Amino acid sequence: MCVYVLNQESAADFYTNKLGFNVKIDVPMGPDTRWLTVTPPEQSDLEITLFPLIAGKMFTEEKIKMLKELVSSGTFGPCVFSCNDIYATYEELKGKGVEFIKPPTKEFFALEALFKDDSGNFFSLQQRT
Amino acid sequence: MTEIHRKLVLGLLVNFTLDMVTPAYPREYLYQRIVQSKLFIDDNYARKITIDEISGEAFFSKFHFIRLFKQTYQKTPHQYLAFVRIEKAMQLMRTGITVAEVCSAVGFDTLSAFGNLFKRTVGITPSAYLKQQRLQIIQLKEAPLNFVPGCIVYQYGLGEK
Repeated sequence: MCVYVLNQESAADFYTNKLGFNVKIDVPMGPDTRWLTVTPPEQSDLEITLFPLIAGKMFTEEKIKMLKELVSSGTFGPCVFSCNDIYATYEELKGKGVEFIKPPTKEFFALEALFKDDSGNFFSLQQRT
Repeated sequence: MTEIHRKLVLGLLVNFTLDMVTPAYPREYLYQRIVQSKLFIDDNYARKITIDEISGEAFFSKFHFIRLFKQTYQKTPHQYLAFVRIEKAMQLMRTGITVAEVCSAVGFDTLSAFGNLFKRTVGITPSAYLKQQRLQIIQLKEAPLNFVPGCIVYQYGLGEK
């Protein structure tokens, strides 16, 4: 799974020190860029690539500019994380400085909270009821 | 009203009151206590810690605390501590340091206790795991692009000489 990030250095810090993920692969990929993947501690087979937004054959400068605007304005919600106890997870992450745009709320499908990463991507955190 | 009826009504009243006081954010205090204990384990796994230290000054019994912890994290505090120690041991071994160094760095007294728990959890012995990690360290150094998907290597022109 791939998440576009504005700054790999700060994303690595956010995903490891705040979300508690582990770095799986971290290798240089040209100047100032790394192939950087992280995994949730209890699901080490889910590899999340923290993908840098840099221009190259894949994206033009213009597209990179557009993508950065979209990411930072909170357009993308890459995935849903599930947890055993949403109130405990919310307390812990909030205490570590993770910004929540929605506290745990009872929805018809689950208990749900929404939080943002350091780039602006938002994630749904859910506990099935 | 018989004694049984009286107890039933009392029980219903207690449950009703609990529901009334905790509608939007159930048992906030309890959550804070449980989360603090979990974070205490995360910060102190490297040394010997007791259940008294983990439960801190919680205003409920140790038995109740362990039950609440398990309800929240699906592991008892002891099982969670073991989980954290093995996770950290695996991370340390990814840097290539020896099994003995890792063993004491994650709070085990003896190599055999560490080895047994590691094998039971991970499926292989610490030395076999370390061997795998050391091989990967060499591969990462010698051919880092082998760890990047081919399409990305191509798109970024990384494989070009």
